[in-house]
Amino acid sequence: MGIFSIISGRTFRHGIHPPQHKAATAGKPIRRLDFPPRLIVHLNQFIGRPARPIVRKGQEVVRGEPIAEPAGFVSVPLYAPATGVVRDIKLMPTARGPRAQAIIIDVHEASTQQVLYSTPPNNLAEMSREELVAAIQRAGLTGLGGAAFPTHVKYAQPPDDETQVDTLVVNGAECEPYLTADHRVMLEEPQDIVTGIEIALRACGAKRAIIGIEDNKRDAYEVLKEHVKDHPEIEVALVEAKYPQGAEKMLIKALLGREIAPGALPRSVGVVVSNVGTLAQMGRLVPRGEGLIERVVTVAGEGVKRPGNYRVPIGTPARFVLREAGFEGAHAEIIFGGPMMGNDVASLDTPVTMGVSGILVRDDKALPRTEKRIWPCIKCARCVEACPMYLNPSMLGQLAQAGQYEVMEERYNLLSCFECGCCAYVCPSNIPLVQLFRVAKAINSEKGD
Amino acid sequence: MFRKPQIELRASPHVHAPQDVVSIMRNVVLAILPIEAWFIWQFGLSAILLLAVVLAACLLSERLVAWARGQSSPLGDYSAVITAMLLVLTVPPSLPLWMGAVAGVVAIGLGKAFFGGLGYNVFNPALVGRAFVQAAFPVSVNTWPPAMFEGRFSSLMPSTLAAPFTHPADISAWGLKVAADAYSGATPLALQKFQSQQVPLLELFAGSHAAYVTGPPALLILVCGLYLALRRMLDWRIPLSVMAAAAALSGALWLYKPEAYPDPLFVLTSGGLMLGAWFMATDMVGSPVTRTGAIIFGLLIGVITVIIRLFGGMTEGVMYAILLGNAATPLIEFYTQPKTFGARHARRGGKGGAS
Repeated sequence: MGIFSIISGRTFRHGIHPPQHKAATAGKPIRRLDFPPRLIVHLNQFIGRPARPIVRKGQEVVRGEPIAEPAGFVSVPLYAPATGVVRDIKLMPTARGPRAQAIIIDVHEASTQQVLYSTPPNNLAEMSREELVAAIQRAGLTGLGGAAFPTHVKYAQPPDDETQVDTLVVNGAECEPYLTADHRVMLEEPQDIVTGIEIALRACGAKRAIIGIEDNKRDAYEVLKEHVKDHPEIEVALVEAKYPQGAEKMLIKALLGREIAPGALPRSVGVVVSNVGTLAQMGRLVPRGEGLIERVVTVAGEGVKRPGNYRVPIGTPARFVLREAGFEGAHAEIIFGGPMMGNDVASLDTPVTMGVSGILVRDDKALPRTEKRIWPCIKCARCVEACPMYLNPSMLGQLAQAGQYEVMEERYNLLSCFECGCCAYVCPSNIPLVQLFRVAKAINSEKGD
Repeated sequence: MFRKPQIELRASPHVHAPQDVVSIMRNVVLAILPIEAWFIWQFGLSAILLLAVVLAACLLSERLVAWARGQSSPLGDYSAVITAMLLVLTVPPSLPLWMGAVAGVVAIGLGKAFFGGLGYNVFNPALVGRAFVQAAFPVSVNTWPPAMFEGRFSSLMPSTLAAPFTHPADISAWGLKVAADAYSGATPLALQKFQSQQVPLLELFAGSHAAYVTGPPALLILVCGLYLALRRMLDWRIPLSVMAAAAALSGALWLYKPEAYPDPLFVLTSGGLMLGAWFMATDMVGSPVTRTGAIIFGLLIGVITVIIRLFGGMTEGVMYAILLGNAATPLIEFYTQPKTFGARHARRGGKGGAS
């Protein structure tokens, strides 16, 4: 724990300090990527009901035009990231595993960067809370920090819930090693973030906003502080650089001292959390009446020659992004997201979706030659000291290996685990704890059905 | 050129802290080495031979068990080395080699392999071996040779090479002959307990040699233990609470009746308390994983040690205190499970823990 966090108290208990590896990309301004020849826009790239396509095979679409409509309240529309022709709607590989329905667009070679389709609202300043929530849904915004949960759903007041939201927590922690996309957005698009926060405050009914930034990004803190000078309702705060500071429960604890009960949402303690990237997009898209068609992605790792932060059209295949970043193909591991919670992808055709904040490439030099030897648990308690949810991963791991999945859930609160990976990171026995817990949760939920 | 890459698939997290079981164990070995060197410097050739025999017994039994269970080699995790090194420090260096071998085999066979090997042993293996020889060969285990005697690096103690299953030669006569000062063969604890004679504290702490046998100097153990604690390879809560409990209980008794009970500093620095507190109670496998649990575990050991020492028939109680602590560990853990994040704010009262 640093001196700073002891004085300010703005941190959470436990957690880990993995090497940050952010220097390679933190200084790289966001660069726009060219259009790939083909885009793959998944219909289920967010949490909720998959969007319904409203285009046909062979149809011409322009950049920014809607191509799928929301399939209910917990769903968002999708927009064409580039001008081109709908080639097909079929199953394509995803980062999460199973293949899923996607709209495939063949991009016209002369496609312009200009957004050609928008429906600007004429009364943004007078909009009611409900109208703003609808406008946010129309913009197709989801949590760009990684969860990809539809933003408007968090902001809307649930009909059966009396709890009022008093604070909007803006997540600029970016605690995953390697990732610097949010850092760059904070440095380069502070005005969009502030505009986004103003819209979000009105939409969720909160009186104030706190932007939480890890103390390894002081430059971003200074920039935002400067931009909120005339906004007394927005506070900018430094929090300790520690993983997983960006997990919403940890960030709320660090900034407000409030603890969310197991299974509850931030709303239960009067808080809504949105990522800085999401709010920057909100501040840009909602006033213009445009939809989400691109995001900033950090491309890093030993396997790329030109690591950096790229503005990538949604649906760009990993292959195209990696070629631009100087990946020459070899024995490699490709991670969508950060190294702590990201998923490995099996195919280079896997497209960038809304939730992909980074693409990391580890080449064969960085990969261990053989699988690490797994030793028995020696009860060293490092995992117990690391778990930000105060679980007992040592015991959970032993129970998992004994097949005691129900005991894990009933007595040892397995469901509070959000798979941050701290336990597996510190385990000197190399026990794949997170993997064991995923299996246990899956088996339990299957039994429950 | 864009070659078709060979893609590796792994589960998150994709990064790992540098420490593993082997590096932790290696550091524990490193931390015990200075104490082992002190032991050899004090007692010479017999100590070297005893260490070698116990090491061999431990390593061979571990390999034998692994072979019998059809496992790949378990060696390389250094845990059997640690067991051997600690075991040697708990017995007199005049212990006949064959008894050392028995202790080593029992430590690994009964203390560790019997329970399922590394990570599964309930009790500290070194102390299981020590407890066995204590029961089986009480005379040899309780008679200490003089330290720093002339010619200790050129000759062996008379009992070292005793033939297996025979009564070893009595070392008292030899001890009187080689020791420059009056030699009693008694430990400071025995002198205090049975003859009300107290060894100067400074000698216990710094280990300056005398006619009576002091254990490894408290200062040396403290330094070695602190090294591990600072590298976060040892839970400092355990030795601290052992020492705190022992000092508090013995201090209270001493204040009550100073002529009958030793002062707390003597209790802390004499016998095996320091070694036990820093290097045996802290064995990760046998101690609780919870913070509160570690403190309760340490306090329990400290209290039991003082009770055995001051009220029991034996002069030393650390060994049994730690073994009892090991046995209590699952229970302590059960009652000190960490409270899940947010659980105390849950509307429907707390859950988990003991019901």
